[in-house]
Amino acid sequence: MGTITSADLIAMLSAIADTMDENRDALCALDGEIGDGDHGVAMALGFNAARDALADLEADAVPTQVLNTAAKAFLSGVGASCGPLYATAMMRAAAAVKGQDVLSSEDGSKLVAAMAEGIAHRGKASVGDKTMLDVWHPAAEAATEGGWSAAIKAAEDAAEGTKMMQAKLGRAARLGERSLGHMDPGAASAVLVIKAMASTLG
Amino acid sequence: MKTKKIINDGANAVDEMLDGILLAHGNILRRADGSGRAIIAKDGPRDGKVGLMIGGGSGHEPTFVGFVGRGLADAAAIGNVFASPPPDPALESVNEINGGAGVLFMYGNYAGDVMNFDMAAEMAAMDDIEVRTVLTTDDIASAPLDEIEKRRGVAGNFFIFKAAGAAADEMMSLDEVERVARHANARTYTMGVALSPCSLPQTRTFNFELGPDEMEIGMGIHGEPGIERGPLKTADEITDEIMDRILSEMGAQVGDRVAVLVNSLGSTPLMELYIMNRRVQARLAEAGLETHATWVGNYCTSLEMAGASITVMHLDDELTRLIDRPCECAMFRVV
Repeated sequence: MGTITSADLIAMLSAIADTMDENRDALCALDGEIGDGDHGVAMALGFNAARDALADLEADAVPTQVLNTAAKAFLSGVGASCGPLYATAMMRAAAAVKGQDVLSSEDGSKLVAAMAEGIAHRGKASVGDKTMLDVWHPAAEAATEGGWSAAIKAAEDAAEGTKMMQAKLGRAARLGERSLGHMDPGAASAVLVIKAMASTLG
Repeated sequence: MKTKKIINDGANAVDEMLDGILLAHGNILRRADGSGRAIIAKDGPRDGKVGLMIGGGSGHEPTFVGFVGRGLADAAAIGNVFASPPPDPALESVNEINGGAGVLFMYGNYAGDVMNFDMAAEMAAMDDIEVRTVLTTDDIASAPLDEIEKRRGVAGNFFIFKAAGAAADEMMSLDEVERVARHANARTYTMGVALSPCSLPQTRTFNFELGPDEMEIGMGIHGEPGIERGPLKTADEITDEIMDRILSEMGAQVGDRVAVLVNSLGSTPLMELYIMNRRVQARLAEAGLETHATWVGNYCTSLEMAGASITVMHLDDELTRLIDRPCECAMFRVV
């Protein structure tokens, strides 16, 4: 059985920042269809702020410290809607592994579940509202039951499924039926986050 | 193709803009220590006065930073372009504007702003600062009347912040300033029209598409889709469409007074705004309403978007007094 160390979590956050940099303009374009076109910028800023803050972290930091540091940097770095959502997600993940110096590979699914909980708590969205929670919720369930490959499959399917949903929260909610047919940008970026987590922790 | 902008690194656009604002208006504004994104009125906060904190994403200048100054807002928390500020700027300045009478947070009703300012308010409460919040919801195109709590705040912020800022300047209590702010919000009606999109400095690509002969009525100040897209109409037709909706929702009586704001979304010139205003005033006169004051120009923009919005505030004696009260901000004065 593999383990997940603080260094792995730092690598994970760096991989998320990389994928946000690569997909920044595509996410902005997706957001421009039903929102205000800034989602890729905000996600890239947030995870880059997290990566930068982790570069200054002491070498003996435990996983909880890594995740809390990332959360605070993300929140201070970006604001927007994804700031409080991902900051709360990472704080919950930090709390979920508190007291552990090293995580087991099964703890990976615990992180996903805690992040999904944090996003649900802060955003007050329900499943079906066409938000990032529509990806995080099924991905967390799938991760617990079937590991990373199941989580990725569930996340991708769920993001695709947001095309069929009418937005109930956030800027896109003002669109009503016109939000149909468009993938929710927060759902799309959630898939990228989960894939980057899987590629580094799985 | 990338849009043309006079910028350096797009990632530094907001901070460099604030540097320039501080250099131009250092007699009125200063920065709080910390992130550099909290701008405070030098001569605004004082003992016993309710502190008024406004804020939101950049890209709408002179909203929000331009409305900081004595008689209006005491501080603005500034976010990235079209993105809510994190809780930090509000927290960095809330102590400095709290004169012991509490602080009112006022900003447009957007999910990101609500989450970040609520987090800031919760953290300020831990330091025993009483914070209340009033969201602005003046954009009548953004949701139907029966879902008024879902409406977003746009150019009408100008009137709503002005009324609340004047109430605080009159040394009203936090309860009273909050009441005035809610009252002002309930009596302010805005609707806009977009003719062309805008582009963020970080991406320099248009954030939505609008055909060469198209306009969109009711579009939001971040390009949120509106209620009707169609071929470009004349100034009078556009103004009528907007005024029909404003007048019908406002339900004013003959003889009532109003204040008017004809606002550019960025690149629409004064010439076109004044052409619209001519029709706005004709419609108000036709409805038997008296225009107490009119502002025309760039008050709540959306970067370089072309288009305009019309705001009408339905005045009563109290709101008239508050709108007329002098204020001195970097980008707006009443003398």
